Amino acid sequence: MQSTLHHRLSPVGALVLLAILMAFPFGASAMEQEFYIGLASRLMIFALAATSLNLVLGFGGMISLGHAAYFGTGAYTVAILMEHGINSAWVAWPAAIAVSALLAALIGLISLRTRGVYFIMITLAFAQMVYYLFVSLRAYGGDDGLSLPARSVTGFDMSSDTAFYYVVLTLLAFTVFFVHRLVNSRFGRVVQAIRENETRTEAIGYPVFRYKLTCFLIGGGMAGLAGALIANQNMLVSPNLLHWTQSGMLMVMVILGGVGYLFGGVIGAVAILLLEEVLSGYTVHWQLALGVLLLAVVMLLPDGLASLLRHRAAREQS
Amino acid sequence: MDVTLVVEHFLNGLQFGLMLFLLAAGLTLVFGIMDVINLAHGSLYMAGAYFAATFTAMTDSFWLGTLGALIATAVLGIVLELSVIRRLYGRDHLSQVLATFALILIFNEGARMLWGAQPLTLNAPPALAQPVELLPEFFYSSYRLFIIGAGLAVAILLYFVVVKTRVGMLVRAGASNREMATAMGVNIKLVFTCLFAFGAALCALAGSLLGPILAVQVGMGESILILAFVVIVIGGIGSIRGALVGALLVGIVDTLSRSLLPLVFKILMPADVAANLGPALAAMLVYVLMIAVLFFKPQGLFPARG
Repeated sequence: MQSTLHHRLSPVGALVLLAILMAFPFGASAMEQEFYIGLASRLMIFALAATSLNLVLGFGGMISLGHAAYFGTGAYTVAILMEHGINSAWVAWPAAIAVSALLAALIGLISLRTRGVYFIMITLAFAQMVYYLFVSLRAYGGDDGLSLPARSVTGFDMSSDTAFYYVVLTLLAFTVFFVHRLVNSRFGRVVQAIRENETRTEAIGYPVFRYKLTCFLIGGGMAGLAGALIANQNMLVSPNLLHWTQSGMLMVMVILGGVGYLFGGVIGAVAILLLEEVLSGYTVHWQLALGVLLLAVVMLLPDGLASLLRHRAAREQS
Repeated sequence: MDVTLVVEHFLNGLQFGLMLFLLAAGLTLVFGIMDVINLAHGSLYMAGAYFAATFTAMTDSFWLGTLGALIATAVLGIVLELSVIRRLYGRDHLSQVLATFALILIFNEGARMLWGAQPLTLNAPPALAQPVELLPEFFYSSYRLFIIGAGLAVAILLYFVVVKTRVGMLVRAGASNREMATAMGVNIKLVFTCLFAFGAALCALAGSLLGPILAVQVGMGESILILAFVVIVIGGIGSIRGALVGALLVGIVDTLSRSLLPLVFKILMPADVAANLGPALAAMLVYVLMIAVLFFKPQGLFPARG
């Protein structure tokens, strides 16, 4: 019997999924549906962003409604560096992670002193400030945003959608694996213990604040990486990436997918963006349908989509 | 900079703050008493504005239109409470966020289907179309003055109801300790439904009063919702008095800084720097205010729970 805090990553399932994702561009080009390669990259980038929020929200129990700030800051870091002639992905992407993580550390330092709803609101307030900061940077496009002349330079040709797809897939796979190792490490156990009972964890002698801040910082850095990727995917960064509705959307993805499930962020991001894509093909009023579906999930599946898998696993065990 | 300009912006701020109070009052009661994060509160405000525009066009009277909007939105609130919100009591905040976010999508798209994507116009009543001369040489919109008066009247009425009446006592009891109020025999379900309908009617009032000043369009609820949340957090969740103080603070600080800060900056620094910095800082100031309040008073200015 394994601890409920242990988050299993089935090696066979993960490898099969990875193999399917690796073969996907071949299938898409064979059927002359290259459009879907770009869409899949977008899905995976949002999956990465949602996974980073799930680390903070699901495992760390910190309900941050300002995650778009780190996502957008990562994107802007890449775009601004490129504006000044620094094209290399090997410089710009780590810089995006570092800047976002630093921002998360600063915001966390103040926000983590508050609790509950007040924490939700204070993270939102900071994110709004970052949003208005980028709106006001007229040198970098202000309201209209900044377009990138080309993708970051990696040393190999990343201009085709297929090449970029593999870069995104690699980074997503590493991130999910990293989160898996992290939540099952000593650090991850402590963070989950804090989520379950902060006072008790403190009483045992753990420096609760430092653990939460570290978790918050890692989540911010990962969101920065997702931002760097979305800048390269869209070839455009705009303040929209930092708008509070973007934070809300990321949060909805995590809740829909499954809070505190390893694949919760991935499932939620893919489900929402795919639904959006499919429904918008049928009707211009796709938001209505999406709203009704989300409402149905809340009423019928309180723990999100990923809980379906766990229910099945539990049935098989018994 | 002359004094009349400051006075004018101050009055605008007061007017905006009072309208924020109408939204925040409903939000803080729903939040404080029912413990539900209702993101769809802004959608009720939007629905109120749309109803007001429609009924005004039908009856040719702004007053009948507003009355119709109040009733229709209250009914909508009751339907919403019975069908969705009631199932969210006792659920965690995250489920409430997801469910009410879904409601925003449904309301926005529903409004687009019913009324189209173009903004509607709602005209101020003709009796209030002319500006009035408050001071010699100082003209101010009579409609905005009317809004200030209406907002103050509602605030006083609400204060009286909450502090002096039996219904208000039930509401306050619910806000400070829900379980105890239930144990003392309060029909909490009925209180909740009425409260939600009342909050919806306040939203409709704000929507129809602000309709002639702002555009009646899809998405109008989301931009003001965040400010309403800022207001109730500054004031302390569940506190009507806090909502009033917070709303006036936010309304006045936001309006004054947006209009005056760029002017001040222009005097202090080069024009191009001022043009960048002024509006950005002005937009941030409300959030700085909120963070500062939470830093010193983590429960807001007037915490409802002891």
